[in-house]
Amino acid sequence: MAGPADLRILVACKRVVDYAVKIRVNAAGTAVETNNLKHSMNPFDEIGAEQAILIKEAFAKSKKTVDVIAVSCGPAKAQETLRTALAMGADRAVHVETNDDLQPLAVAKVLKAIVEKEKPDIVILGKQAIDDDSNQTGQMLAGLLNWPQATFASKVELAEKAMTVTREVDGGIETIKTPLPAILTTDLRLNIPRYASLPNIMKAKKKPLEKIAIASLSIDVAPRIEILKVAEPAKRQGGKTVENVDELISKLKNEAKVL
Amino acid sequence: MASLLNISARRVLTKASPLGLNRAISAIGSSQIRNFASSPIDPSVGLTDEQKELQSVARAFADNEFAPKMQEWDENQFFPAEAMRRGAELGFGGLYTREDVGGAGLGRLETSIIFEALATGCVSTTAYISIHNMCTWMVDLFGTEEQRKKYLPDMTSMKKFASYCLTEPGAGSDAAGLSTTAVKKGSHYILNGSKAFISGGGSSDVYVIMARTGGPGPKGISCFIVEKGFKGLSFGKKENKLGWNSQPTRAVIMEDCEVPVENLVGVEGQGFSIAMKGLNGGRINIGSCSLGAAQASIEAAVEHVKVRKQFNQPLANFQNTQFKLADMATALLSSRLMVRQAARMLDEDDPNVAAFCAMAKLHSTDECFQICDDSLQLHGGYGYLKDYKVNVYLRDSRVHRILEGTNEVMRMVASRSLLSD
Repeated sequence: MAGPADLRILVACKRVVDYAVKIRVNAAGTAVETNNLKHSMNPFDEIGAEQAILIKEAFAKSKKTVDVIAVSCGPAKAQETLRTALAMGADRAVHVETNDDLQPLAVAKVLKAIVEKEKPDIVILGKQAIDDDSNQTGQMLAGLLNWPQATFASKVELAEKAMTVTREVDGGIETIKTPLPAILTTDLRLNIPRYASLPNIMKAKKKPLEKIAIASLSIDVAPRIEILKVAEPAKRQGGKTVENVDELISKLKNEAKVL
Repeated sequence: MASLLNISARRVLTKASPLGLNRAISAIGSSQIRNFASSPIDPSVGLTDEQKELQSVARAFADNEFAPKMQEWDENQFFPAEAMRRGAELGFGGLYTREDVGGAGLGRLETSIIFEALATGCVSTTAYISIHNMCTWMVDLFGTEEQRKKYLPDMTSMKKFASYCLTEPGAGSDAAGLSTTAVKKGSHYILNGSKAFISGGGSSDVYVIMARTGGPGPKGISCFIVEKGFKGLSFGKKENKLGWNSQPTRAVIMEDCEVPVENLVGVEGQGFSIAMKGLNGGRINIGSCSLGAAQASIEAAVEHVKVRKQFNQPLANFQNTQFKLADMATALLSSRLMVRQAARMLDEDDPNVAAFCAMAKLHSTDECFQICDDSLQLHGGYGYLKDYKVNVYLRDSRVHRILEGTNEVMRMVASRSLLSD
């Protein structure tokens, strides 16, 4: 790249068990079994990567440059996830290497260190990862950095050093404006991620991927939460066919007691 | 995983989305598909990370863009031009064509992996794409710079579709005996004759045609690029077929068809060698399409026997089912290994490649058809219903034992090489 980019976006990409895999609890009842299962990029992070690339493409139309950096914390396999982000269109990747299971606070601390190094204008994260459903990392990162946050984004518009974000909240749609730098977390309807094209998959291999040993960051990543037990949900009971609406209402009132 | 609910809502959303190219999360049967990641039919075993990534994009594309439509395309004999063009945006239109004209510049092994993955979603459409790829590659490899610049950008993007024309009513297995003639008159060649069973015939825009410019035998054959709309080019009726219904098949008829001399590919007399070189790869492509049919058929069978109960237990509990599935998986794996080895040899330009391509095609198309049939049998009466997919895989892959050289011709090629001194 000729000079510094007009905008820098850091995209967090977590490697998770693929959403379509039927998961099982391990024999010890302490975690979900992840060995030998298909893994892929957390779908909400994929939406985040797509958004960063959409911004990059929009900027390119007005001759502005955007540097998109994908980051992942995890074992060596996390690099597969980063390659996917690079194939989609990210410019380079950072892999923070660890074999430990990191809880959201630890990930937020790691990301803070990467933010201080890379100095992005926007950090995009999925609103949650589909494995632990924590929905905490983005918010914690905003807190640690003391940056504004726009969570559950369903629409993003960028202006000069500011961002207008439409959020999906319980009561409806909320629109907020935040100065940059800021944290953005993605909701499902923000965009539909693209397929990586075959030539871009081949090119991704040549894009830079920096490896950082987690120890070199001198961060306390010790877990703060202890998992006591992991159990499968109760098996679903078989349904019943009702004759008419009256019977349905009666059952909802008297048997299910939901009316 | 509460968010999974969101994901399934997203599937519905995406179905109605006008953004065709964007990724929909798998609409049909994704849960059954993805669970084969660590099973003996996992097609990614032994591949590099990059090959796995190519495979996973092709499979996702097949799951989202082909599989939900396969039965409809089959039933209505619909040529899915738009779906193929979306695939071409990812590189499927010129997989092993060079990149300066829009190709993906991949090897034949990668191509085989991709066709196999695509065929799980629709064998017929993938087989057509493979023929289109062969034509694109022929112009890329043997064409002039002008021909490449003129035709290939539109072909790799599938703005224009291509068909390959070798077979004639009187020259099938004996392709070197073809009788279409090309006579040079001034600035044109005048072509006369007809080509039979042309995939894409009438729908395609570009035809790569083999015709006789010289004496009898293979040395008298030349290769031409003929555009739809050239004077004297017409098409026969659309054939009614057992399978491969998402692509039209018609005769291509040339009556004093005028082809500019600059549309000769290579030199006069080179046509048959171009055709044969194309067929080696074509055989791997067709074998790969059979692998996809077999993969999808086993996936469907495994799913069915776990759910379907007889005598108060799932079919999967019976040893007959278990042994049958093991045989099917073994046959699929042996076919895949042969196809991929032949593809590697083609990449390495091995001088003995023809026999290996022939044996790979013979074995994979026979075995994979049998796998489709076994899957149909495991489905019982349901397998015979068009509501289920397995009948389509069976019908679509049946023709793979006939075309690209019949499996009898494959035996000729293999034994000729075996017996040669």
